[in-house]
Amino acid sequence: MVRNVLSVLVDNHAGVLARISSLFGRRGFNIDSLSVSATDDPGLSRITIVVSGEGAELDQILKQTEKLLETRAVFLVEPAMGVLRELLLVKVGADETTRSALREIAAVYKAKIIDLSPGSMIFELTGEPEKIDAFLGMLCSYPVLELCRTGITALQRGEPTYQLKERMLP
Amino acid sequence: MKRNGSDIMMEVLLEQGVHRIFGYPGGAVLNIYDALYKYSAKIQHVITAHEQGAAHAADGYARLTGKIGVVLATSGPGATNLVTGIATAYMDSVPLVAITGNVGTGLIGRDSFQEVYITGITLPITKHNFVVRHVEELADVLRAAFAIAQEGRKGPVLVDIPKDVSAAVCEFTPAPEAARTARPRSLDEAALGAAADLLNAAERPVLYFGGGVSSAGAGEALRALARKCDAPATHTLMAAGVLGAGEERNLGLIGMHGCATANRAVHEADVLLMAGTRLSDRVALSPGKFAAGAKRIHIDIDPAEIGKNVTADLTLVGDVKDVLEALLPRLEEKEHAVWRETLRDWRKNDYHPKDDSSVLRPHQVMAAISALAGPEAVYVTDVGQHQLWAAQYVDHVRPRSFLTSGGLGTMGYGYGAAIGAKMAAGSRPVVHITGDGSFHMNMNEACTAVSYRVPVITIIMNNQVLGMVRQWQTVFYDRRYSATDPQRKTDFVRLAEGFGLRCTRCETLPQFEQAFRAALGADGPVWIECRIGKDEKVLPMIPAGGTIADMMMD
Repeated sequence: MVRNVLSVLVDNHAGVLARISSLFGRRGFNIDSLSVSATDDPGLSRITIVVSGEGAELDQILKQTEKLLETRAVFLVEPAMGVLRELLLVKVGADETTRSALREIAAVYKAKIIDLSPGSMIFELTGEPEKIDAFLGMLCSYPVLELCRTGITALQRGEPTYQLKERMLP
Repeated sequence: MKRNGSDIMMEVLLEQGVHRIFGYPGGAVLNIYDALYKYSAKIQHVITAHEQGAAHAADGYARLTGKIGVVLATSGPGATNLVTGIATAYMDSVPLVAITGNVGTGLIGRDSFQEVYITGITLPITKHNFVVRHVEELADVLRAAFAIAQEGRKGPVLVDIPKDVSAAVCEFTPAPEAARTARPRSLDEAALGAAADLLNAAERPVLYFGGGVSSAGAGEALRALARKCDAPATHTLMAAGVLGAGEERNLGLIGMHGCATANRAVHEADVLLMAGTRLSDRVALSPGKFAAGAKRIHIDIDPAEIGKNVTADLTLVGDVKDVLEALLPRLEEKEHAVWRETLRDWRKNDYHPKDDSSVLRPHQVMAAISALAGPEAVYVTDVGQHQLWAAQYVDHVRPRSFLTSGGLGTMGYGYGAAIGAKMAAGSRPVVHITGDGSFHMNMNEACTAVSYRVPVITIIMNNQVLGMVRQWQTVFYDRRYSATDPQRKTDFVRLAEGFGLRCTRCETLPQFEQAFRAALGADGPVWIECRIGKDEKVLPMIPAGGTIADMMMD
């Protein structure tokens, strides 16, 4: 399945996320991950959406997203030019017999240990999704108690290639 | 000057040239109705029996005039009753501004009495919607709503106004002109050239057009293009009347119940120009096989329609009128005698129902309506068999004169829409063609037609069953008539009397003609009930997902 990373700049309005998710839900577009964040412009938010879909479906996703009046720019992050990052927090059950082995794995992946409790450890890892997948692969023989990932956030290298549309809404 | 929110709303309506709105009062809009009382000399408020009727009335008004229809409703059930009307307008790209009251801002989100999250509910059926939380924003939000409803691809916009906002006072600055002007989209010169080359080289060109042509007022440009390319043209339900019924190049309706020749022409075309249409599943029944042998050129104002259902070899995004006018000078005068001859032959085998003088047959009723009502008539339908009979057998000769719920297929659309249309139609006769199934849904609007003395002529095609669904049950479900024969005992003649109008029941064509002539002279609403057979079908018919090869003629 092709992973497409959509970067959507939207007016920072209440309800804009509901509009985007309603659109994706209604049209049957599948969201693999979604993250929303502030930008350097307080009037704009950036929504990074990872969607699967190719060809005509992807074309529809882009066009329908662009049609929303709050959308000021939407573009696909070019795979070769994109910098993609994700943050992982994972809590692993661990005692004195397994701690050192886990620390070793963490060291290789440059994951931080941000909590050490008598029965568990929490690791923090930032990186490309593949790196996070690989780290989690290494943890599979240990009891993962809880896990969360932020989903991809992305920027494209070099000069911005998009142009902001004129603001349509008061 | 300082004004309260409700007065600001009135002032903005007047700025936008709105002098008539449709609606229904209620608690959350009391302030607004108080302003309407004050402004009653400038803005007429038409109260319907039900908010759905008001939404359809605003829609019918908009479809006929091309102006924005305005509907007003209270919070909660008032707002939810608009939903079908808003969705109807959305699917057919009708410019509509729906204004709802809501509970005060302090009560929002607490499940207050008659509170509903109407902006959430209407998210997928509006171009955009707004909640106005501060009176200072109200004027600009309303102005934006009007601009959005009619720019680009038209559609409904909803503005939700909490009760305290309609009472709050702020400084109001009038804006004499709508500040926004649509930025004309620059056309793709290369694509225009390529499209012209395709059309100039075509041997079997066909034009297929939809509601976009009607809403852009591109009928003349389309006619000129058809003449220059010597191309036959076929239209969707939304574009009936753009080309006249008698025009030689007009092949008539396309799609599921379209004319056989029209469907076949599209199937056999070598170049197909698709203009102002979204290739819905009622037309491109099998999208992968639709005009598979043709080079397809798609013109639409909405870029998202390009390639959505059927792919195109060439695309031209823009206002259909602008695109067609830019295309015209690049086209050569052509003559396709062989193609014309072929089509003429095919037309001999088109479906023609048989006349029968002993009973009322739908096609004869429609033909009689057309002949008696004349070319100025406006036709409004509900949804079902009668809708397709009206599409097929009425002589459509004027654009914006066949008002029907094409996309959503809303049974119950007709009466409200007909009342709204008639209020703007002047002396043009408005004929509301309905079925007994659809009419049962919203016949309550009879009281509106009576109160305002709106001379809408309602033709009830009464087969006593839900004919369209029953037809499918006949053909595809081995005559298992589940829930399509409701055994109703409604006496329309007596019912009409109760509403304060007259209904004439007809069982033969001469009876019908006499009743219809009388109805044309009435100064208020009338009903004419036509008793027709249960087994009348809409033909021809291509089943969903089928092609011309699957067309049924009986």
